[in-house]
Amino acid sequence: MTLALRINGADREIASDPETPLIHVLRDELKLKGAKLGCGLEQCGACAVLVDGEVTLSCATPAAVFAGREITTIEALGDTPEGARVQEAFVAASAAQCGYCTPGLVVAVTALLQRDPAPSREAAMAALTPHLCRCGSHPRVLRAVEIAAGQGQGQQ
Amino acid sequence: MSLEKHPLVRDWIGVSGGRVVVHTGKVDFGQRISTALARIAAEEFALSPEDVDVAEVRTGAAPDEGMTSGSNSVVQSGNAVRLAAATARAAVLARLAAEFDVPTDDLELADGFITHRGSNRKTALTEALAGIDPALAVDPGARLRPREEVGVPVSHPPRGMRAMVEGRYTYLHDLDVEGMLHARPVHPPHIAARLRGIDAAVIEKLEAGGVRVIRDGSFLAVAAPGEWAAIQAAGRLARACDWDCGPGLPEIDVAAALRDNPVERLPVIGGLPEPDAALPPAPDAPDLEAAFTRPYQMHGALGPSAAMASWDGGKLTIHTHSQGIYPLRESICESLDLPLDAVELVHVPGSGCYGHNGADDAAFEAALVACAMPGTPVLLKWTREDEHAFEPYATAMHVHVAARLDGRGDVAAYYAEASGDTHRGRPRAGPDRAGPARLLANRLRADPLPPYRAEPNMNREGGNHRNLTPGYAFPETRLVKRLVRDLPLRTSAMRCLGAVANVFALESVMDEAAAKAGADPFGYRRRYLTDPRDLAVLDRLEARLREIPDPAEGAGRGIAMARYKNQMARVALSVDLAVNDRAEIILQHAIIVADSGRIVDPDGIAAQLEGGFVQGASWALYEAVTWDRDAITSRDWDSYPVIRFDNIPPVETVLVDQPDCPSLGVGEASPGPAVAAIANAVHAATGLRLRRMPFTPEAVMEAALQADAD
Ligand code: FES
Ligand code: FES
Repeated sequence: MTLALRINGADREIASDPETPLIHVLRDELKLKGAKLGCGLEQCGACAVLVDGEVTLSCATPAAVFAGREITTIEALGDTPEGARVQEAFVAASAAQCGYCTPGLVVAVTALLQRDPAPSREAAMAALTPHLCRCGSHPRVLRAVEIAAGQGQGQQ
Repeated sequence: MSLEKHPLVRDWIGVSGGRVVVHTGKVDFGQRISTALARIAAEEFALSPEDVDVAEVRTGAAPDEGMTSGSNSVVQSGNAVRLAAATARAAVLARLAAEFDVPTDDLELADGFITHRGSNRKTALTEALAGIDPALAVDPGARLRPREEVGVPVSHPPRGMRAMVEGRYTYLHDLDVEGMLHARPVHPPHIAARLRGIDAAVIEKLEAGGVRVIRDGSFLAVAAPGEWAAIQAAGRLARACDWDCGPGLPEIDVAAALRDNPVERLPVIGGLPEPDAALPPAPDAPDLEAAFTRPYQMHGALGPSAAMASWDGGKLTIHTHSQGIYPLRESICESLDLPLDAVELVHVPGSGCYGHNGADDAAFEAALVACAMPGTPVLLKWTREDEHAFEPYATAMHVHVAARLDGRGDVAAYYAEASGDTHRGRPRAGPDRAGPARLLANRLRADPLPPYRAEPNMNREGGNHRNLTPGYAFPETRLVKRLVRDLPLRTSAMRCLGAVANVFALESVMDEAAAKAGADPFGYRRRYLTDPRDLAVLDRLEARLREIPDPAEGAGRGIAMARYKNQMARVALSVDLAVNDRAEIILQHAIIVADSGRIVDPDGIAAQLEGGFVQGASWALYEAVTWDRDAITSRDWDSYPVIRFDNIPPVETVLVDQPDCPSLGVGEASPGPAVAAIANAVHAATGLRLRRMPFTPEAVMEAALQADAD
């Protein structure tokens, strides 16, 4: 029996072995390359997607585990008002350098704001701690959170 | 250098598809050089930056600008593009003036058109540019549009930003072409291990399953249709290998080796090693003496290195995120015995690299795999473990400082000796196969090349003596550099090179000397500064600090300053922090004041300064490569911790614009001062002097025990 996954609002028949980590199904089979492979060890956050609205690392858990769940990747995040607002805020704060960490962070910030529309700086820092950025765009990402939450201009 | 090699306007400026195109040999890895170059051309052509494209960087087509490194891109490529654009502007205006038979002054260049004010006759800029004489040389004296004409630069989102936040930006890792196989190397336990054999049954099984196994001596890789298949195959193959690990990695105290190994001591005078100068004598009875150390640290790109290669039997094409496609091409050609024109390298963005990481090694490995299967493109990626364990690291360093103080507590003599391994591991061609020897796989292939033996960097402000020379006018300075070889790990260039350890040492000593003299750290530094721009950044920092509250009870504030390479951007920086009861350093606030000459892209400058601060803080607090006899033990983000969001303070940047001065790169200006300011703030908060990076809780506790014992 093949695996069926619900991804970005559509039901998809998956040809890959159901034991394949979700990220490879997304990137290789479905050509959704927005989620990045950074470690494959659930240590860096580059591969984050939303599963039923929760930030979920896609690099190690088999795709089969996500059957029956609602998977949203960065490619479809802008279709929701929160996602679009977070993306705008990232642009406004120019919160990326190389941008390799960015899709995962945009996903994480969107989930954070859905849970807590006006997070404190400490809450944002805690929520984003699973995510690494090696270019040091963190201060700007935290500004983007403020902008997306409508907290001033993101000035500190 | 860039203009000498590529003197023509068309080397830098072109027109394609009705748009102005900038050509550059510098590659963008998140430092926004392409954004800056587009803005520079836009300024000279009175265009919006969105109307300027930046061409792909590809061997054969792009100007050869060597490496994208050393914060030189804005100076080299930026200067070339600005002068080329200004020359082109003057040329098209002169030609149209002749054609319309009007004075040049009656022509106006705006919004992409050149218009004659009297008659409203006009021509599109791109059309006029397309007609430029192909032999037109860049005029080094071309009139540049001054700031009054160009206007104050405003921030636009950098190129690619929207695509990045929407997950549409294409990285090398995302390339996907028809018939492509995914490849993974299977690296040895450590670089000196040799492959004795592989369980043949495992290879047979892998091959039966459609996996290709590529072996050349101890270099081993797999290729498979699909990334997950390649990852699994690499794991199976790794378990089937029998390695001869030899004596293993030397488990030595590297700081002690750096201090004690008998190597040539090179006097450094005016930023230059002078082998024939008299060797400065060791100071007798210094009033201040300390040793500062930095461990091996890694670039640790978030996305492991990758490359795509294909070989059609006559031509090898490699897509790479290397910082130097021309030097890499030469070394790959030499390694494979191919003529230069048989190999083409195309730059495709990878994740941020901060210097020479695994990019070049991955490119060569992809080439080896591709050559073993003509006609099949391969996308080779390193794993997280490969990147951590096999990238070339920033060398560990040891800086010994001694100072003599006068009756007022002023520095009367300053002595510093900086020791480290080489920062030059990039595969640049040279005598004794110096290029190939610096490609990892050549150390593993049949007939392996021996490790590269570096010579001391004799350039001004190079390698271990970068920022060894104090920016302060001390009555007497005695500076020495030492290149220590034969240390355990492979090293190369990482952001700032020796400047991190040297600025850490100098600025810590300044803080200590100021405290000894009972002076405030600003006033004490001013005693030795004469350059108005140095003074200006320091004044601005002090003024800004007066506007904000003092650090809370128990917290501390430290400052540091440096002018990168003693000739580039100036930074003065403050850090507020506290040390909690677990001896962890919690960053609370940072201010960066910078003067990088004429500002082109203010937001890009601020981003680089902030990013440099964060990386410097990560080096200061967390990072150290570890190993034992069997292997590098820093193999992932748990065994090699780095800074995370939970310790990111608000960071303020203050930019000092110098409209009449050349623009300077800032990518390497803030990390050194960040490390030093953190150390000085720890002293302000706790009274402890930390002189060994990283400042982990163990290091803080050790310093406290030491202080108790003293
Ligand atoms: S790639 Fe999944 S957490 Fe790093
Ligand atoms: S922007 Fe490069 S890793 Fe975050």
